Amino acid sequence: MIKSSEIFALGLLMILLSISKSYSNVSTIIVCPNCEIKTIQEAIDDAQDGDSIIVHAGSYYTENIIITKSIRLKGLNNPVIISKDGDEIITVISDNVSIEGLTLKNVTLNYLKERSAIRVKKKKNFKINNNIIIDCFFGIYLEHANNGTISNNKIYGNATTEAESGNAIHAWYCENITIHNNILEGHRDGIYFEFVNNSNIFDNLSEKNKRYGLHFMFSNDDKYVNNTFIDNGVGVAVMFSRRIEMRNNSFIHNWGQASYGLLLKEIYDAEIINNIFKDNTTGIFVEGSNRINYHYNNFERNGWAIKFSGGCETNAITSNNFINNTLDLVVSTRMNDNIFQSNYWSNYTGYDLDKDGIGDIPHYPVKLFSYIINEVPEAILLMRSLFVDIINYTEKVSPVFTPKEVQDSKPVIQLIKRPK
Amino acid sequence: MFKIFKYSLYDMIRNRWLFYYMGFFLILTSALLILSNDFTQVLITLTNIILALTPLIGIIFGVIYYYNTKEFIELLLTQPVDRKAVFSGVYFGLAVSLSLSLASGVGIPLILFGVLNSSVLVNYIVLIVLSIVLSIVFSLFSFIISIKFDNKVKGFGIAICLWLFFALLYDGIFLIILMLFKAYPLDNLSIVLSMLNPIGLARVLIIIQLDISAMMGYSGAVIKNFFGSSLGSMLITLVLVLWITIPYYYMIRLSKAKDF
Repeated sequence: MIKSSEIFALGLLMILLSISKSYSNVSTIIVCPNCEIKTIQEAIDDAQDGDSIIVHAGSYYTENIIITKSIRLKGLNNPVIISKDGDEIITVISDNVSIEGLTLKNVTLNYLKERSAIRVKKKKNFKINNNIIIDCFFGIYLEHANNGTISNNKIYGNATTEAESGNAIHAWYCENITIHNNILEGHRDGIYFEFVNNSNIFDNLSEKNKRYGLHFMFSNDDKYVNNTFIDNGVGVAVMFSRRIEMRNNSFIHNWGQASYGLLLKEIYDAEIINNIFKDNTTGIFVEGSNRINYHYNNFERNGWAIKFSGGCETNAITSNNFINNTLDLVVSTRMNDNIFQSNYWSNYTGYDLDKDGIGDIPHYPVKLFSYIINEVPEAILLMRSLFVDIINYTEKVSPVFTPKEVQDSKPVIQLIKRPK
Repeated sequence: MFKIFKYSLYDMIRNRWLFYYMGFFLILTSALLILSNDFTQVLITLTNIILALTPLIGIIFGVIYYYNTKEFIELLLTQPVDRKAVFSGVYFGLAVSLSLSLASGVGIPLILFGVLNSSVLVNYIVLIVLSIVLSIVFSLFSFIISIKFDNKVKGFGIAICLWLFFALLYDGIFLIILMLFKAYPLDNLSIVLSMLNPIGLARVLIIIQLDISAMMGYSGAVIKNFFGSSLGSMLITLVLVLWITIPYYYMIRLSKAKDF
């Protein structure tokens, strides 16, 4: 016969056990092809807030996985998660989620749903680290998501045309996002920011994207530092944004008819400091942008170093190096209150008799020939011919077509050392 | 022909002006390389000078040389030798010696200053080859002019005018045509126009390599595809060969028809 006290004790024990389970709360759920739990969705259904789900190596064909709890989803030894019917793979609709170490594949094109490998929807405090995303329409898609980190991911797309491809990292209405040390390749845009504020982008490599390596639209107070943009349609496009800081980036080899290292359109109060622009068709293309400081940048072997068009005011271009560009500057607008001063121009022909390191006669960086090319692009075949040299020279002696106010009155004689 | 070529070459090598020519390029190239350690910048400056100067020297030197050796040529023609052999021999003596002094004048400093190991070596080789082609073409022009006109003053005048036309005026006319017809598609026209001037063609070949990023960007797709493709470079080579062969045969024909 069982005593009532024993029943009580057993009951107490069970209660205690259950309390301790819910109290410690950090159980780990393991998913593997031969385990009891074979799919990630099952594991999520079983999990509670704060749990970890470890996914072991293997291939998982899956439908859309919806993360509804604050969990840590971690891949061990590169599990591969493949979308069964090309639908979205992971949708996060909970705060405090971290996703790491997964390989995601096969999200197909869908214009209506903008399918992506990982989507964070209206939540905050997420971490997306160390994932590999291959051949997905969109890579990581953030909508109304705040305070998140995306780091050490590799996102490779197979974009063929601009219209039929999505972005590697797409952020829309976000705050405080950090994007760090990712490799972004073969998408439409490497990183796309629309209405994203107070965010940082650093140490990323964005290459071979069809449209832009990095794209800002209506985004303010952002910063991108130490990134490299190679072989994109346009390295970085900054449009309709304010107070963007651009530092220590490299814009390399962005070639093509409408290709620029950096495209600025309608942006205000930006800082462009210590960047390298090398081998681009056009280093920077500026349209309607005001109060921008260009300091310590290197412009090397570009077709055009900087092109200004349409209403640019109060910009300061100082202490930059212009080295062996085919044409340094083109302006197709009045440049009254812009400052070009103390730059190094490799094709400066003046002299420095008082040896103070500053040329004694001003440098006029706009050449007549650049006007002619604007009028008739085919005239480029006459570049560097004796005839063109002569008309450039006569124009320099007595400017008629080129703006007199665009001049560097203190051209630096030696290459300017850039800060580390 | 080979014997005459040999005598003509020896004659040229004994001629000190050829050494001055070589010395000029030696000093120029070395000075540029000493003053700037940027090989690309040196190449650009060198290109500007060489593309203007080699045709000028080629044509003037050729005219002088022909007028000086005219009596020797007439003497040779009294002997039972083919006219073609005489004129080709004398001409090749001139062309080969000009090319040699040009190649060594530019080439030796390049070896001394270590351009051989740099990435722009190919561009320098292209420049030397093109300047040799220009020397050949313009010395051919000089022979044509001086065979045609016995009057030295007239010969010199025409030679200088011809140089001025190709080096300067042609580009001006080219530009005016482009400006006048800028409302029309000009891609093919501008390609054809650039083929019709050996100096311009040589310059375009060099800027394709140097300023490729600018070329890629702005000029129409036709120009980009043409100069970027293997068909384009084959066609350019063909045109350069034509620039040599057609004047050569014209010169031979002139020399055969000439009444001494």
